[in-house]
Amino acid sequence: MSGFFSKERITAGPNYNRWLIPPAALSVHLCIGQAYAFSVFNEPLTRVIGIQEALPEDWKLTTIGWIFSLAIVFLGLSAAFAGKWLEKVGPRMTMFTAACCFGGGLLISAIGVELHQIWLIYLGYGVVGGCGLGLGYVSPVSTLIKWFPDRRGMATGMAIMGFGGGAMIGSPLSVALMNFFSSDTSTGVAQTFAVMGALYFISMVIGSLAIRIPAENWKPAGWVPSEKPKKMVTQHHVHIDEALKTPQFYLLWVILCFNVTAGIGILGQASVMIQEMFKGGISPEAAAGFVGLLSLFNMAGRFIWSSASDYIGRQNTYFVFFALGALFYSLLPSLGQQGNVVLFIAASAVIMSMYGGGFATIPAYLADIFGTKFVGGIHGRLLTAWATAGILGPVLVNYIREYQIEQGMAKADAYNFTLYIMACLLVVGFICNLLMREVHPKHHLKPDTAGNGQ
Amino acid sequence: METKPTSLGRYVVAILFWAYVLIPLAWGVSQTLRKALLLLH
Repeated sequence: MSGFFSKERITAGPNYNRWLIPPAALSVHLCIGQAYAFSVFNEPLTRVIGIQEALPEDWKLTTIGWIFSLAIVFLGLSAAFAGKWLEKVGPRMTMFTAACCFGGGLLISAIGVELHQIWLIYLGYGVVGGCGLGLGYVSPVSTLIKWFPDRRGMATGMAIMGFGGGAMIGSPLSVALMNFFSSDTSTGVAQTFAVMGALYFISMVIGSLAIRIPAENWKPAGWVPSEKPKKMVTQHHVHIDEALKTPQFYLLWVILCFNVTAGIGILGQASVMIQEMFKGGISPEAAAGFVGLLSLFNMAGRFIWSSASDYIGRQNTYFVFFALGALFYSLLPSLGQQGNVVLFIAASAVIMSMYGGGFATIPAYLADIFGTKFVGGIHGRLLTAWATAGILGPVLVNYIREYQIEQGMAKADAYNFTLYIMACLLVVGFICNLLMREVHPKHHLKPDTAGNGQ
Repeated sequence: METKPTSLGRYVVAILFWAYVLIPLAWGVSQTLRKALLLLH
């Protein structure tokens, strides 16, 4: 059985069509992206016993909120700790494990809902499912980088765009399934979890079966690497453990963390923020439309910005993210005060595209700085920045806003200070990006160990 | 350029595989787009 999953078994022949790899990666990312749509279950989970309305013995929203938080924490932890294992066993084994964890996690959660045991949902979706998220996120990305040495940004953008798109599929699919299964005696959540667990398991297994890795020293036919080494693109490889000893890893960690923090700051509050900043001008329906528009720009930005980074360079791409992002964040309060809805929406949409772009371009940036051999494991460790930002972003926005309102500030004005803080975070990100240099040769893998993927 | 599929069957497999991921994605995007159009109201 281990032979079937081994790296040798999935090493592609010389004529393999590399364009079959992106859909294999998308098969996984479109499934795990469902995590971002988990909030559609929040309200139905508060009335599992009461069915029509929440009863005192039903779960509270604060209890349910921990499910998603746990999943994101375990996404970061599994990606960070499974990095070496991922590089050792290869993408098929990792993606299959991710399928078992994510599909199995949903099935455990279905049992948890049926028995009304919250700990089973924490364990199922939060811990087991979260591990599936981490493994499923990192594995296809590093494989794509190896298949597309000429277009690393575009390749990783395709997969990570799938993660954004997964929420767009997961949300309406969940609602449709809950409507189908709901009855006088059930909210339909348990059945929906079970069906989605089975569907996602099948889709992710298809991805794991289709994935291939290129042979050692494989290059796309007709592609000749530039003889003149490109600035900030290494031809060497840095081991996972060695990468942690370089300042570049920590600079990239801050770059990702602050870019994501700023994005989450606006994404998590978008609906309420636009309604409060344009009091009476934006209906709740229009605010929901605003959130939908931001999701579309978030997804499109993942592909467009990462593809653009192949031409303008990773460092320049992040310069654009941070400079433009800081400028637009600083402009949002005055656009709100002027009542300029169109420019407010346009600036927010561009900010969201750069939030998505930041996620999608970072694996290619890592491959440029640390080489492609261990990029999966290094990417996994860098994703702890995402988990940190997942806490930092909402905390900054919520707590500062609450504090200001308690001090007597108008709700519409309470966002301004947090928006300026986000702009400051992006300025710090800009400086970190400015400090990025090539890794010192002492960290490079010695040629005699370069073939060893341990 | 990279190696091209040498037979019709390989082209069909590639197209079907892409369709398998792009059709659900297009459905999800259309659902979100419908929601985004509410901004015009």
